[in-house]
Amino acid sequence: MPEQNVIIQLSIFVNNEPGRLAAIARTLKESNVNMKAFNLAESAEFGILRAIVDDPEESFEKIRQKGIIVKKTQVIGIVINDAPGSLFEAADVCGREGINIEYGYAYAGKNLSAFFIRVDEPLRAVEALKKAGIELVKGTDI
Amino acid sequence: MDPMFWNHDIECMPKEELKRLQYSSIKNLVTKLYSSNAFYRHKMDSFDVEPDDIRSLSDVSKLPFMTKQEFRDNYPTKMFSVPNTDVVRYHVSSGTTGKPTLVGYTRNDLDYWTEALARSLSSIGVGEDDTLQVSYGYGLFTGGLGLHYGAERVGATVLPASTGSTERQLELMQDLDVTVIACTPSYFIHMIDVAKDIGIDFLRDTKLRKAVLGAEPWSEGMRKRIEEYSGVRAYDIYGTSELAGPMFTECEERNGIHICGDIAYMEAIDPQSGEVLEPGEKGELVVTMLKKEAFPLVRYRIRDLSAVCDDVCPCGRSSPRISRISGRSDDMLIVRGINVFPSQIEYALMQVPQVGNQYMIQVTREGALDNMVVQVEIKPESFSDKVEDMILLRSHIESELKKYLNLGVHVELKAPGELPRFDGKASRVKDKRSL
Repeated sequence: MPEQNVIIQLSIFVNNEPGRLAAIARTLKESNVNMKAFNLAESAEFGILRAIVDDPEESFEKIRQKGIIVKKTQVIGIVINDAPGSLFEAADVCGREGINIEYGYAYAGKNLSAFFIRVDEPLRAVEALKKAGIELVKGTDI
Repeated sequence: MDPMFWNHDIECMPKEELKRLQYSSIKNLVTKLYSSNAFYRHKMDSFDVEPDDIRSLSDVSKLPFMTKQEFRDNYPTKMFSVPNTDVVRYHVSSGTTGKPTLVGYTRNDLDYWTEALARSLSSIGVGEDDTLQVSYGYGLFTGGLGLHYGAERVGATVLPASTGSTERQLELMQDLDVTVIACTPSYFIHMIDVAKDIGIDFLRDTKLRKAVLGAEPWSEGMRKRIEEYSGVRAYDIYGTSELAGPMFTECEERNGIHICGDIAYMEAIDPQSGEVLEPGEKGELVVTMLKKEAFPLVRYRIRDLSAVCDDVCPCGRSSPRISRISGRSDDMLIVRGINVFPSQIEYALMQVPQVGNQYMIQVTREGALDNMVVQVEIKPESFSDKVEDMILLRSHIESELKKYLNLGVHVELKAPGELPRFDGKASRVKDKRSL
């Protein structure tokens, strides 16, 4: 089932003003949203907070109700083994299959390290990566 | 009788007859002022013109202009033309630019103001079957009380809600089957936002079908937006406190605002030369109020920019119409030597579907260079989590603005709710240059 390897990430629009990120982080805390992994992309006047959270559907609703711009995005988690080359292998498969990696960020947990990537065709990417023997994170793993 | 006409004979009077009526009204007004009003007599003398010089309607152009500065210089009541015993009400203008202006009204002045609104509301089909929520401020501002009495006169049920407490206003709107609302366009947008937040859909959950919006400039683009966003039909209303207050609206044709010809005589002039323009040519509006007693206006430069159209409207009314106000000659910004009107910016922004309904304009000066920043709220659904997409959206908005303004503008994207909301008149321009 390739679907179980597609992970829902929440993306949040953050104005680049002093205190904005703190205000959003407070809202997440007050809404009891637990961030497992996150990444902050920024331009001159705005940023985009991307986060892997517990129960993304429920968290999405909670955040949206607070009037924050939030969007669900599908990402894939590549399990990183503690050895050189694991990112190369995954990127190489995507490259050969013509799948474009739009962005990515690393995550290191207690039991698992992973690299989350957003690609233009997540289901096709999952199939290609698995076929090449690359281990992927399941939604329930983190 | 057709309920769309409050006063059919006057509203549809033949053009030539209306012009004769306007001429005799102005002649009488000037003759009376010349003999009874020291301020006006002195003013006409200093321009070397007397009532006998007015022999036709086109001779009105010989009369000197009145300006807002004169109202300030003669504050509070030096320009009033009646004894204080005849003044039954005051209003004080909101002073968008500078010090407030005091306007006084006799009983007849209030009556003509209400008459104009009764005709206007009838022309858009508002009558005794309607419940009209007046969400203009009540008090010194003319909007609340003006619409209040106008709507009562046509027999509508009035809900004097004033501004603020938006959730309560929406609750009353539902409970009392309100069909028409009158307020500023920015307050109505705020109301739509609040309604969406609490799950009220105007078409599904209320009887509201018409909105009479004015007291601040707004664009056709904004009208389209409001209508798509709310499902409510929006009409433009015009007036200033000097005229009396909001007085005149569009008819169902929605192609210009009818200026009741027996009550007001409207000209458009070249703001630089003061020359009267041809019908349809855009310039600065100049008004002469034909019935006013307490605070007469003769050729008052309103500073609003518009054109006067004198063809007969398909609705049958012969009164001249003014085209949508495109700005004020005194709210024009000059940025790097280019004239920019806030209304142009609004129009350009409304052409971009991803842009929300709120924006702010900031002008600063760095060294010798003006810098204009337009902050826009984007719609939640147009948010992408790819920085590249957002930068493309920003560039797209910048190039749309450049197309309409012929000026490079910096755009900042904001999340919904980040920019200020306005209960009364919106003030979206912050000119931080010390010129």
